[in-house]
Amino acid sequence: MSSSTIDVKPEGIEKPPLPWALWWRQIRAIFRLEIEKNFLSRRSILLYLLALIPIVPLVLLAPFTPPGDEWQDFGRYNMIFAVYYGGLILRTVVFFGCAWIFMNLFRGDMIDRSLHFYFLSPVRREILVAGKYLSGLVTSIILFTGTTILAMLLLYLPHFPSESSRFFLDGHGLGQLLTYCGITMLACVGYGAFFLVVGLFFRNPIIPAIVLYGWEWLNFLMPPLLKKISVIHYLQSLTPVPVSEGPFAVVAEPTPAWIAVPSLVLVTVLVLVIASRRIRHMEIRYGGD
Amino acid sequence: MNESTSQSESGQVPIRNSQSEFRNSEMIVFDDVSKFYGEILGINRVSLHIAPGITSLVGPNGAGKSTLMNLMTGLLRPSRGRITILGIPTDQPEQLFRKLGYCTQFDSFPRGLTGEEFIRSFLLVHGVERRKAKELTQVALERVSLVEAGKRKMAAYSKGMRQRIRLAQAIAHQPEVMILDEPLNGLDPMVRAETIALFRKLAAEGLHLIISSHILHEVDMMSDRVILLNNGYVVAEGNVHGVRDEMQDRPMQILIRCDKPAKLAARVFDKDHVVEARLHDDRLGLFVKTRDSDRFYLMLNSVVAEGEINIESIAPVDDDLSAVYQYLIGSEGSNS
Repeated sequence: MSSSTIDVKPEGIEKPPLPWALWWRQIRAIFRLEIEKNFLSRRSILLYLLALIPIVPLVLLAPFTPPGDEWQDFGRYNMIFAVYYGGLILRTVVFFGCAWIFMNLFRGDMIDRSLHFYFLSPVRREILVAGKYLSGLVTSIILFTGTTILAMLLLYLPHFPSESSRFFLDGHGLGQLLTYCGITMLACVGYGAFFLVVGLFFRNPIIPAIVLYGWEWLNFLMPPLLKKISVIHYLQSLTPVPVSEGPFAVVAEPTPAWIAVPSLVLVTVLVLVIASRRIRHMEIRYGGD
Repeated sequence: MNESTSQSESGQVPIRNSQSEFRNSEMIVFDDVSKFYGEILGINRVSLHIAPGITSLVGPNGAGKSTLMNLMTGLLRPSRGRITILGIPTDQPEQLFRKLGYCTQFDSFPRGLTGEEFIRSFLLVHGVERRKAKELTQVALERVSLVEAGKRKMAAYSKGMRQRIRLAQAIAHQPEVMILDEPLNGLDPMVRAETIALFRKLAAEGLHLIISSHILHEVDMMSDRVILLNNGYVVAEGNVHGVRDEMQDRPMQILIRCDKPAKLAARVFDKDHVVEARLHDDRLGLFVKTRDSDRFYLMLNSVVAEGEINIESIAPVDDDLSAVYQYLIGSEGSNS
């Protein structure tokens, strides 16, 4: 019997393959446009100034060693940098830098009345979110890992050149430097996603940014469970040199890196999904009849 | 639009006089669409079938023209009803904007780009290959006569140039439907004429052009049909002359230039469809208001045949968009 061996598929059931190549081209095109804006627009001046904040005091201190015992002892420099990094670079510069970059990805276009050019293109809104987020991520990572590297080198090298060279080339220095860079990158990933969504949901995103800033700073006072609902908790868990949070701090076990990193990435993905859903239903109303 | 959707002259697309000859997948369809901004009405219960050619949206400020355009492009979502553009729902931008180009009224651009970069960048966002994007950019710049200026930063452009570069960006991917919000704003008379010619050419190629404009005589000149909007409602739609014919409560005004206007007045006055006959100030013409222009023209034919009165010209006085606008919307918006 020549019974039918032909696989007959009803029409319309098989979905066409996803156009990955097209999406990738579109992401690249959006990325290029946005990265140029992030680095070269007038708004980026503030970003450069912010990135320079931790560098300027270290440049001023470079020609002489400040008074105080801790500055005379090379062994204490890793603690000095840990405090400097945690207090100024991570909690302030990276936080506000990400706020500025990522909130402006959509909010800035709305203020400039140019978001409609994207909305009038045959682009899935999720692709738009991905392209913009990626551009923000690359911008923030370049700027703030740059700041992290420069700050660390400027703290160590001018005061103890030979010890510092050994520390970076033969000791733990390079490992610490890379860990700090990794933490900066993760901070950009986490804060970036959060601020991108804030820029989509709030007309004035400054208020939620300040609320989050307060939440992150007060994290040390919170009970262990609440500590975990923050970005800073996971980032601090990764620092190579643990810093005391003071006598009033509620002590909690740091989250191991194998949990902290995937958790942050997972939360970021979830937040980006929320952003995509939001933008899928977004209307543009910056003009009237 | 109930009748006559004839194509522009020299149309390459077969002329189809009735809208019913088009399938929904060839038309822009509004099915009972309303849009509310909270409590405020944008447009209400709009049902339209727009065939290819030039369709102009006319109405005073706040009438709902931009709302209608933004709904067509998915920038706004209807509170009720459904819109499809050539069969594609407006909430599917991935498909919709391969066929649709929108030149908005927003006079703003991504910063720091030249005109050429602007067009090319967004073609790349469309997913067009780099080389093809370059070619299409050149074609678009040529169409709006901005090839030289395309190399300059847009920040240095005049208002008219900005308007044209927006137009170029909207047509660069060669869409089938173009929506143009006040596209003639800021253009000097020469460029206006060129742009209108471009619209007519695009319409002749079978494109849909939806244009909003405040300049009634230009709309009248270039449109195949009009949609008159007021306070969020479609007041009238169709061919201007067809709309005028439908307004039977407004007698048609006709100016007849002839050598014996008084005699002609005596002839026409006893006709039941003539409601008014008035001599022109120069006494070489007669204004007639008639409820039935067809019967009036037939009667004039017999006058001509008799040869007693020498008729030089016959011209309807209020058979244009300005008059229709005036009658339906009122003087308030006629200059807006």
